[in-house]
Amino acid sequence: MSKGRFGIHGGQYMPETLMNAVIELEKAYQYYKDDPDFQAELTGLLNEYAGRPSRLYFAARMTEDLGGAKIYLKREDLNHTGSHKINNVLGQVLLAKKMGKTRVIAETGAGQHGVATATAAALMGMECEIFMGREDTERQALNVYRMRLLGAKVHEVTAGTATLKDAVSETMREWTSRIEDTHYVLGSVMGPHPFPTIVRDFQAVISREIKEQLMEKEGKLPDTVLACVGGGSNAMGAFYHFIPHPQVRLIGCEAAGRGVNTKETAATIATGRLGIFHGMKSYFCQDEYGQIAPVYSISAGLDYPGIGPEHAYLYDTGRAEYVPVTDEEAVEAFEYLSRTEGVIPAIESAHAVAYAKKLAPQMEKGQIVVINISGRGDKDCAAIARYRGEDLHE
Amino acid sequence: MNRISQAFSRGKAFIPYITCGDPSLEVTEQLVYAMADAGADLIELGIPFSDPTAEGSVIQAASKRALDNGTTTDNIFKMVKKVRKNLGIPLIFMTYANVVFSYGTERFIKRAAELDMDGLILPDVPFEEKEDFAGMCRKYGLDLISMIAPTSEERISMIAEEAGGFIYCVSSLGVTGVRSNITTDIGHMISLVKKSRNIPCAVGFGISTPEQAAEMSRQCDGVIVGSAIVKLCGEYGKNCVPYIAEYVKKMKEAVQGIL
Repeated sequence: MSKGRFGIHGGQYMPETLMNAVIELEKAYQYYKDDPDFQAELTGLLNEYAGRPSRLYFAARMTEDLGGAKIYLKREDLNHTGSHKINNVLGQVLLAKKMGKTRVIAETGAGQHGVATATAAALMGMECEIFMGREDTERQALNVYRMRLLGAKVHEVTAGTATLKDAVSETMREWTSRIEDTHYVLGSVMGPHPFPTIVRDFQAVISREIKEQLMEKEGKLPDTVLACVGGGSNAMGAFYHFIPHPQVRLIGCEAAGRGVNTKETAATIATGRLGIFHGMKSYFCQDEYGQIAPVYSISAGLDYPGIGPEHAYLYDTGRAEYVPVTDEEAVEAFEYLSRTEGVIPAIESAHAVAYAKKLAPQMEKGQIVVINISGRGDKDCAAIARYRGEDLHE
Repeated sequence: MNRISQAFSRGKAFIPYITCGDPSLEVTEQLVYAMADAGADLIELGIPFSDPTAEGSVIQAASKRALDNGTTTDNIFKMVKKVRKNLGIPLIFMTYANVVFSYGTERFIKRAAELDMDGLILPDVPFEEKEDFAGMCRKYGLDLISMIAPTSEERISMIAEEAGGFIYCVSSLGVTGVRSNITTDIGHMISLVKKSRNIPCAVGFGISTPEQAAEMSRQCDGVIVGSAIVKLCGEYGKNCVPYIAEYVKKMKEAVQGIL
């Protein structure tokens, strides 16, 4: 009976009140995903409004500096609203509109998904409410302002650890109380079926483009694709079309926070175990009694105690690898890419840059690494300055 | 006839919920005795979860208080063992899927059965995902209680057909917590259940006053109250027992029509 499984992971662990809502969503998605009009409208929005395709940029200075594999940056940071989140949001808000919904709600961690949702809601004339942990509204004050500017109502979530997981819980609670006119725009490849599949499909444009662009530039597939992983939407998007090509190494970079041997970490694959939470069976950071751990990362977008079910499956089967990257390594990479390429990456994406710095020098010169720069780092400047002991007044 | 069926055979049932370990497991034990004495027909024992997505602010806060003072699944099992030496009232665990799953689904359900528990409610396990839990409940003789909601409609018959014990009817949209007004057509929901199967239906979510309880009980077989009781735990802490006993007595009278 269970639907939406990736191996043993996934499923629909939701309150009965929401079951018809997720079933209705699945039916609508099944219909529209093969509807040429819907796809044409979405492609139009992605190209004309969000600025796709995003560039695949050869990072010559970084390549030379690291002295190994050729490094390409997939510039999702150049999308409208500054991250890959817009890909999924345009798809879901358009779908919601087709379903007759007039209001969208969403969780946000770093604020990128909230900003993208507020943007799409403004574009398509929908009411929008965003739930964000208080910890994150403080870390990402600029994004809170952007969401309000775009006409969204931002709710500060004070429950639990007041971060991304609590924002997800609160948005689920809100959805339970108002379903008829409301769609929950889930921001990552997580939650109950059909969300992990819908979000993956909308993000898969990233790997489709990488494949085409690299064929054109190099005439071959990449050797390695790197992406940061919290819930895992940008990574799933960057991996998806390479999954059938086993010669392409897929590496997800998790937020280790202060280290996987400390309690202040959000590295789910490195420190979590199998569980059921937020609608899905997957790996979660938790204690021996199944209480969800209060995870930590400098990156608000990776500060989540779980990972999407398809990633859990790719990990189980060995098709993708997952590596932990600490705050310190990510901050160094944030500064490094800014200095070396003139690209300020989101602190989330900097986790993938950090691992590329370790990996590329060990690879052959002819090999190719693609790093998904999932977002831009402007939002992080104040927090990184603070990490370095400098207090910016914006 | 098992104990849950018996609880519904003596007229309308009153079913209180408390979060174990709030404010302490000692008080939880005393509350069970006091509520049974005050007329509770069946008691829901909540095992606290860190991220209870179906709960409103009152039970969220109680879960946090309980976990903060060190309450664990094993401590709760020990408390239940003591309770069972003194009391035969039907008892049901209410918790979230991960609490059971991470303990080991079979290990948890086997242990609950050994403790002579009667049932289990998992609000984040819908019909489509229930088999792993329901199979174990069948094996060890526990009822897995199914929920229906105002949005369930055509799902109600399939849920009712496979439900154990009684049906937990969620009174309205949203999470647990006190509501001043319940507008759902409860009678309609319950008629859909009874059309496919004769199984007791208890209504919960949002009920706090004797007037609401009396009104609801005219349409169903039992009334479940959680947040209003847990609120008293929060207000009176370790001194909450007499206040809750008095409240349960009043509510029981209301569901029986002695308002």
